Order: sequence, then structure tokens, then C-alpha cells
Amino acid sequence: MTSRWRDLGLAGLGLVLLLLVPVFGAPPAIRDFIMFGMAYGLLAMSLNLLIGYTGLVSFGHAMFFAAGAYAFGLAMQSGKFSIPGAFVLAIGFTALMALIVGAICVRLNEIYFAFLTLAFQMLFYNIILGWVSFTGGDQGLMGGIPRPKFLGIDLADRTQLYVFCSVAFVVCIAILRQIVTSPFGYTLRMIRDNQERAAFLGINVIMVKLACFVMSACIAAVGGILLTLFVSGAYPNFGFWTTSGEAIFMILLGGSNVFLGPLVGTVILRLLNDITVTYTSHTELVLGIVILILVLGLRKGPLDLLAERWENRRQAKAQAVRDAADKDAQTGRDA
Amino acid sequence: MDLDALLRCVGTTSCVVTQLTSGMIIGMLLFLIASGVTLIFGVLNVINFAHGSLYMIGAYAAWTFYQLTGSYFVSALGAAVAVGVLGVLFERVLMSKVYGSNVLMQLLVCYAVVLISDDLIKIIWGPVPLSMGMPPEFRLPPVRFMGGVIPPFYIFMILAAMAIGLLLWLVIGRTRFGSIVRAAAINGPMVSALGIRVNLYYAAVFGIGSALAGAAGALAAPVRSLTPGMGFSILIESFIVTVIGGMGSIVGAFAASIIIGLTRSFGSIGFPLFVDGVMFLIMALVLIFKPSGLFGRAHR
Repeated sequence: MTSRWRDLGLAGLGLVLLLLVPVFGAPPAIRDFIMFGMAYGLLAMSLNLLIGYTGLVSFGHAMFFAAGAYAFGLAMQSGKFSIPGAFVLAIGFTALMALIVGAICVRLNEIYFAFLTLAFQMLFYNIILGWVSFTGGDQGLMGGIPRPKFLGIDLADRTQLYVFCSVAFVVCIAILRQIVTSPFGYTLRMIRDNQERAAFLGINVIMVKLACFVMSACIAAVGGILLTLFVSGAYPNFGFWTTSGEAIFMILLGGSNVFLGPLVGTVILRLLNDITVTYTSHTELVLGIVILILVLGLRKGPLDLLAERWENRRQAKAQAVRDAADKDAQTGRDA
Repeated sequence: MDLDALLRCVGTTSCVVTQLTSGMIIGMLLFLIASGVTLIFGVLNVINFAHGSLYMIGAYAAWTFYQLTGSYFVSALGAAVAVGVLGVLFERVLMSKVYGSNVLMQLLVCYAVVLISDDLIKIIWGPVPLSMGMPPEFRLPPVRFMGGVIPPFYIFMILAAMAIGLLLWLVIGRTRFGSIVRAAAINGPMVSALGIRVNLYYAAVFGIGSALAGAAGALAAPVRSLTPGMGFSILIESFIVTVIGGMGSIVGAFAASIIIGLTRSFGSIGFPLFVDGVMFLIMALVLIFKPSGLFGRAHR
């Protein structure tokens, strides 16, 4: 119970820190960077619920990111929904989609799972590209997303939008934290480590995986909604396979075994992108080489490596303390 | 939705012949790529997500060889060999390092290779789509058959792909090399304990799979436009083919390629917007009712 209060306290602290950024009059470039970071951060964090905690390597997670973005954008453009209504609708739509895709995919072993999610993502992407009259095709949802006031909140105002996104972001992170620290979260880890044993203990592995898949998709959808609100549009590349690849790369960069690792990875990748863009137009080449160096050189993410070192050192220290205690006991008996 | 058009087409032999050949063209290209994917998966138990890039490199290599030599046959052979060598290098230098680790690492290596090769293609050949044009060897009058018109290159392409497929099937099924490869697929460490350098066989299988993709690229070069992203869309379709046919089964890949090819060619008349959807529907049905695929052995 205490750790739960601590987590909620930390979430509150994070929110306060995020909200302090505009108070100190940070330049718009930094605020934009944070907003992009929150949207893509939710994508990476939600994907890590699948990859890091459940061992489901999804290569198609960006389809839910795009689904949230498009469903929200289309609902708002129809003019029939308020922002909270469209928000709920977009999450509901994404959940339904994840339920259908998940029902087909989660039964399969991990290699099948990886490329079937990829295949479904390309189907979704092709639908977005092909259904020009509805989605705008490769132009994306043009004409801006209307942002009518609700409950006295005006999201057309940059600062209020920032506050709204920060709150939504922190709430989602807190929900993710609750999921991974709950018994359900430990069930996920057990499935990751030993699926057969989990099944022997009476866990319905497929249902748990499916539930996890849907939850993760909903969080990704929130990321997509935030991005839509921020750029006032939705574009097909939200759901392109490279977006999924980037999300996986963010997890690698930040580490899948540290709860906030993917978020750190998001920040690193966005910085890396911004830096390489200023020097060369061949960002993909640079990105690819960085991935190869990390995967073949370090064999894991830099943060995972640090966490492992730290854990090893702690255990070595504990071992040393135990050894010393044993020795004391030994000498005590000898005496 | 234009099912009337589809019915009208099925009613006339000329339309059926035309659509059959175009379906076979799509199917045979898919077959060459998917058989490489399925072979590599069956033996090495890894999915090569970068297989589409090998196809793309094959097409670009054939284009360059064709500019240099002027002979289509030489450039097609050259492209297949070059991509095969590239595949062996890819396996030895990168993929073999992540065999033991989890899927995530394999996925990331392939993702990196796709990013790098797409960008290198843009640097070397430029981002503008290229086209090879029909080689002079095939600038012959089209063959007329039951009212349908078939370009000679299409016939060559279908026959070449079938010949390659048959050769592959014979090599894997009937030779000593093939039996060692099949043994390595079932139990690699045991094969290596018998004194066979199994790593060489792994590299060879990867090379053969890559050469198949290179050959597919070379065969596609005269009839498709060459763009830096051309590998990825065909990769997805070849995955669908391997799932329908059954992972590891070359015969399955052949049957499923024809199913998908015909779905695409006839579907583009009857339901152009839903062709992708129908392909996925077929795949989903196979996964639900026979998860190991039409010709797959045990479900892994």
C-alpha cells in the first residue's frame, strides 16, 4: 500500500514539474518538444506493457496510435461530439479494433505474433491511404481539428492544451504503473517468463494476453489523440510501420526492464533525430547504424545495462555483508 | 464494389486469360520471395524482416547490370548471385549474432538493415523511381491464346519462377545437401555433433533464400517501377503467403502464392478497394481453422 501512495505522489510531482515548464516561460520549441515527447512516450510506454512485461513483441502498435488519432479527428470534424465525447469514442473504437486483431494474434507464438501485427498494421495503413473520401488518403485529415470549449477549457489556447495533455499523459502513466504493480501485472510477467507454468496454475493465458493487448492499445490511442490535438490533424504516417519500429527502438534505447525506460528512450530518440536532421538528410542511415551498434555491441539497451550493473553491485554488496556476518558467527563459535 | 464487372470478366475467355496471367505474375514473384522467407524460417527459425530489401536490391542490381551489359539474362543471373552473396554476408555479420537472443533483437537488426538499405538506395540510385523498360530479347509480338493477349516476357517470368521453384524443391528434397539442411532444421546441434559444419549450411540457406529474392527482383525489374520503398509492401504479402501455405513448406508457399496472386488480379476488377481486406480475411480464416497453414506440418 505504501508503494502505491509513493507512486501516486511521484506522479503528482511529475505533473507539477511538467506544469512548471510554461510557468517559467520556456521557449515554445521546448514546449513543443515536450508535447511530442508525451504523445510518442505514451506509444512507447504502452508498447512496453506488451514487449517488456508480457513478452509479446508487437511490430504493429502504431496502428492503434493512428486509430486513436483518426477516430478522434474524424469525430471532432463531424461536429457531433464534444472533446471528452470524441476522446471516449476514439478509445472505444481502438479497443474494439484491438480486440479483433488481438483475438486473432495472441494465440500464436512470438514470431508469428510479431509479423501478424505488422501485417494488420499495413492493412490498416492501406485502408487509410485507400479510403480517400473518408480519411483524406495520403494528405491526412486536412482542414484542422475543431476544438470547441468544454467545461470552461479552451484547447485552442496553447497553454491550456499543454495543461490538458500533461494531465492526460500523467494519468495514463499512473494507470500503466497501477497495471504493472497489480496482481494482473505480475501475472503478465509470469506469462512472459513461463507460459506453460502460468497455464498450469489455472491462468487463462490467452484471455490475460488479450486483456493486456487491449489495454495497451487504449493507452497508445490516447497518445495518438494527444498528437492529433497538438498538430491539429492526423496523417497516415502515424500508422506506418516505421512508427512501430521507432517505438520498439525507443524501448531498446531506454530499457524494457525499467518502468520509465521507454520514456527516457523517447527523449533520447527525439533528440537524436533532431540532431541528425540538422547535419544530414539521411537520418534513417544514422538511425540504422546506431541500432546495429546497440544491438550487436551492447546486446541490450544502455539503461537496462546500467540498471543491471547497479543491481549486480547491490547484490555483491549484500553478499559481502552476509559473508562478513557468517565470518563473525564462525569466529564467535570458534571462540 | 463492382461484382458485375467481375461476372462479365469471368464470362469471356479473353478476360479470364488476361487476368489469369497477371495473377500468375503476381503469384510467382510472391512465391520466389515467400519461399526464401519460409526456407530461412524453417531452417534457422528466424523471420527475415529484411527480405523485402533483398528483393529491392535485386531489382536495382539488375537495372545497373542491364545498363552495363545490355543483356537481360546476364543481369538477372548477376543480380541473383550478387544478392545471394549479400545475404551470406548479412547472415554471417549480423543475423548469426542474434540467433540465440529473443525476437526483439532479431526484429531490431532487420529494422536497422531495412532503414540502412532504403537510405543507401536513395544515395546510390536516387529517390526518383527508375524503370528498366522491356529488354530487347522480349520485344516480340504478344502471344494470342483463346482471345487473350499474353506478352512473351510474362510467359518467361512464369516459367522461370516455376523452374527455380522446382529446382529448389529438388535440391531440398532429393540431394545430400538438402537432407543435411532438413536435418539441421530439426536439430542443429545434433547435426553439428555428427561432424558437419552446420554454420556453413545456415549461411548457405540464407544465401539461397536471398538469391531467390534477388531473382524475384530481377524478374520484376522490367515490369515494375523501382522505388526505394518497393521491398516492404511485397514483404507483407509474402508473409501472408507463408502463413496461408504453412511456415517452412515450399509447396505451401507455391499454392498460397497462386491463391493470393489470383485474388489480387480478379479482385482488382470486382472489389478493388477490398483486395487487401480479402487477402487478410483468407489469412485470418486459415489461422483460425488450420493455424499451421494449408501445407504446414506441426504448429509451433
